[in-house]
Amino acid sequence: MARPVQEINAGSMADIAFLLLIFFLVTTTMDVDTGIVRKLPPPIDPTVKPPEIKERNVFVVLINAYDQLLVEGQLGNIYSLREKTKEFVKNPYNKSNLSESKEVVIEGLGPVNVSDGVVSLQNDRGTSYEMYIKVQNELASAFNELRDELAKDKFGTSYSKLIDNKDEAKLKAIKDAIPMQISEAEPKDIGGGK
Amino acid sequence: MARFKKKMAKGVPAMNTSSLPDIIFMLLFFFMVTTSMREVSLKVSNALPKATDVAKLEKKSLVSYIYIGKPLKKYQDKFGTEPVIQLNDVIASLDEVKDFIANERASRDEVDVPLLTTSLKVDKDTKMGVITDVKQELRKLNALKINYSSKKADKI
Repeated sequence: MARPVQEINAGSMADIAFLLLIFFLVTTTMDVDTGIVRKLPPPIDPTVKPPEIKERNVFVVLINAYDQLLVEGQLGNIYSLREKTKEFVKNPYNKSNLSESKEVVIEGLGPVNVSDGVVSLQNDRGTSYEMYIKVQNELASAFNELRDELAKDKFGTSYSKLIDNKDEAKLKAIKDAIPMQISEAEPKDIGGGK
Repeated sequence: MARFKKKMAKGVPAMNTSSLPDIIFMLLFFFMVTTSMREVSLKVSNALPKATDVAKLEKKSLVSYIYIGKPLKKYQDKFGTEPVIQLNDVIASLDEVKDFIANERASRDEVDVPLLTTSLKVDKDTKMGVITDVKQELRKLNALKINYSSKKADKI
């Protein structure tokens, strides 16, 4: 008599799979790494003189050890920093205390006014990292908003969409038209707090 | 004459669980694909700050991480409560950043070295002093591409 093939008991299979699952849950991370990308200035060569920049072309942002902001010599706050930066770079009414710009012909865009403005950011050793990131973030979003406006004006799509589509030629044109000039001054230790 | 079937004491029929392993395996594969292995065990507290304009870090193999923050409770006897630097699995001093970067460069292909990014994972309660020191050190080493690791938030 042909014996029927005995069925394998698969009841513990689920337990084994659960065990594996839990192992992976514990040993892996799901976080996608995001952050603010910056490029540090190369080490200073003491023999080379720093290029001269007109005072009106520098937008000075200072953060002290108590996380207070000094924007262009005035007490500022984080919420108005973005608008002030945009106004400084764009200088729509050609004010004499905001950045200069000159007309440059950029491939794909035609003649555009490119600002000479540089944002100079300086912090104290006592500044908190959270505040520093907030300021960096506001400055970055000011430039991104300007680029977004230009992209919508010239190409009819938002800047973030250009990044998603990896449209290198257009991205380069936009970046050339609005260069993100954020310079970090040499660190100082005034506040005394560590 | 009507015959009545004797009512049997029937329990709930056993549920068919033969597809349960398949479901669990599916979950397992999902997690295996979407997650990445944790490379270091953190020895410092690491609550990242929030930012709105963040960019995704591409090419994870070309990123080296520097963790900065207060030592965790169990390490505080040894390292104190001031923010410290963690490289790989150990709490290190500022001088060791140099060796760390050299190691990271040596373990990569030569063409990839200029593309190496240093991701600073800094606790948000840290003061800028330590971070400035690390940044100056990185400048000296010509490791200029950095990334301030921060969480994506819609509003700060």
